[in-house]
Amino acid sequence: MSRYTGPSISVDPIACTAHGLCAELLPEIIELDEWGYPILADGPVPPALRAQAKAAARACPTLALKLSRG
Amino acid sequence: MTLVTGAMLASDALTSGPISTITPLHQSPIPHAEVVRLLAAWTDDGRADDLTEHEERYGRLPSLLPGRGVRRHLLIDSVRRAGLRGRGGAGFPTAEKLTAVAAAKGRAVVVANGCEGDPTSSKDHTLMQLAPHLVLDGIAVACYAVDAADAVLCLHQGSPALEPMRAALAQRRDPVPVTIAEVPPRYVASESSALVNFLTTGAALPTTGPRAAERGVKGRPTLVDNVETLAHLALIARYGDEWFREAGTQQSPGSTLLTIGGAVTWPGVYEVEYGIPISDALELAGGESESLQAVAVGGLGGTWLPVSVADELPLTHEDFAALGLPLGIPSIVALPAQACGVAETARVLRYLAHESAGQCGPCMFGLPAVAEDFALLAAGRRDRELLDRLERRLGVVPGRGACSHPDAAIGFAASALSAFADDVRAHAAGRPCRWAAQQPWMPLPEEAA
Repeated sequence: MSRYTGPSISVDPIACTAHGLCAELLPEIIELDEWGYPILADGPVPPALRAQAKAAARACPTLALKLSRG
Repeated sequence: MTLVTGAMLASDALTSGPISTITPLHQSPIPHAEVVRLLAAWTDDGRADDLTEHEERYGRLPSLLPGRGVRRHLLIDSVRRAGLRGRGGAGFPTAEKLTAVAAAKGRAVVVANGCEGDPTSSKDHTLMQLAPHLVLDGIAVACYAVDAADAVLCLHQGSPALEPMRAALAQRRDPVPVTIAEVPPRYVASESSALVNFLTTGAALPTTGPRAAERGVKGRPTLVDNVETLAHLALIARYGDEWFREAGTQQSPGSTLLTIGGAVTWPGVYEVEYGIPISDALELAGGESESLQAVAVGGLGGTWLPVSVADELPLTHEDFAALGLPLGIPSIVALPAQACGVAETARVLRYLAHESAGQCGPCMFGLPAVAEDFALLAAGRRDRELLDRLERRLGVVPGRGACSHPDAAIGFAASALSAFADDVRAHAAGRPCRWAAQQPWMPLPEEAA
C-alpha cells in the first residue's frame, strides 16, 4: 500500500502512437521501451510532480496520456 | 433411447464412456473420472437431440416468464451458490457478471461467445454440434436473469456450428429471439471487447473503455458469456446449485469440456470434473501415444508444463493459481519427448504475433520481436545477447495492451523458457535439438503454419 493517494497517470494503448513527448516531460515516472512506447511507474503521481504530469498529459499529441483524479 | 433425467444425471454422473468427435465411443480406462452432463445425448445415442428429445432428457426449462417463474435475483443467487465460473478461459464468476448487467441502466443484451478462436480447442464447436439446445436454453436463462431484450450468438465465419445452431433455433420459440452474428475468423476478434465493438461498429477489434456490463453493445449493458458457460447455466436453472456442486471442487465446481490433443491415443473432446489430475485426463484420451516431455495447458496463451509437474496437478483454477498460472482455455496438448518445445513455441509465437490486431505498440512490435528471438533460439543461432534480450522483452510487454493478447502470448513464451530450460540452454549455445525441424504438434490454422 502506498502511503498517500492522489492522481495517477495512465496511457490509452490504442491511442498512443509513440511520439515520446511524455518521457521527455516526465522522465521521473515515464520511460520508453525499445519501440518508443511509454512504460509507466506504478502508483500515484507524487505531489511534487503533479504539475509536470498535467503538462505531459496536455502535451500528448494523441491525448493518450491521461491524468486521473485519485 | 435412454432417457436421462436430472436426478439420474446426478447419480449416474460418473459412469459413462468418454466423448470424442474424432474417435468412436469406447470404455473409459479411468472409472469415475468422468461426468456426463453436457454431452449426455452423444454418450447415449452418438448424435445430437432434437428439441423433443432434449426436453425428455433434461426436462423442460423452468418458466422464464416474468411473474411466473423463479424471481430473477433468486436465480442469480443460485448461480452464485453454484460457483459457476466462465468456461472461455478467464474463469470469471458468472453470477458477478449477471449481477452487474442486471443492475446496470438500460435494456440489456446477451452475447453468447461461440467463436472458439484458439486452435487447440474444439470443445465449444463440439458442444454446439452435439447439444445445441442446451446452449440456447442457457441463452434464454441468461436473458431472463438480466432482463435482456436482445440475444446474439457469435460464431466465426465458416464455423461448423452455424448449421446445427440455425437448425436448432428453427425448432424453438424463445421469449427473446436469438440472432446469429458471423465474426471474422481472426484470433483476437472473439475477445470480449472485440465482440462488443463488432456488434456496435462492425470492427472486430479489442477496445479500451468501460466494462461491457455497464456500456456494451450500442452502449447497452451487455453480458458476454462463453457458450459452454451458458449450457451449465441451463442445467443450474433446472437442477439447482447443490446438484451442480456434486462435481468438481470447492473453488472450481462442476464439469468442464476439455480438448485433449497432441501425442495421445484418442485426441478429442472430453467432459471431466474439475480436479481431475492431468495424467488421468490424458488416460481418458487413451494415454500417451509415445513418451511425453511436456503438456501445453490452456491454449496458445496458456502454459507449458513438464510432465513431472503436470502429472499430479489437478485441473482447477485454484491449483493453477497457486503456481501463479492461469488455467486458461480448457485444452491440453501433449508434447512427446521426441519433439522440440522451443521450435513449437517459436511457431506459436509467430502465429500470435501475426494475429495481433496491431492497435497497441507493445503488442504490435513486442510480439514479433519476441517471436523472432524464439525463432533464432529454435534455429540454434549462437547469440550471447539473445537470452538477455528475450528476458528483458518478456518483462516489458505484459500489461500494456488494450486486451490480454500480448500478456497471454508472453506468458506462453515465458513458460517455455522454464519448461524446456535444458533445451533452451543447448539451443542458445548453438546446439539445436534434432527434432526442431520435424512436423509440429501444436495445432495452428493451416495458412499460418
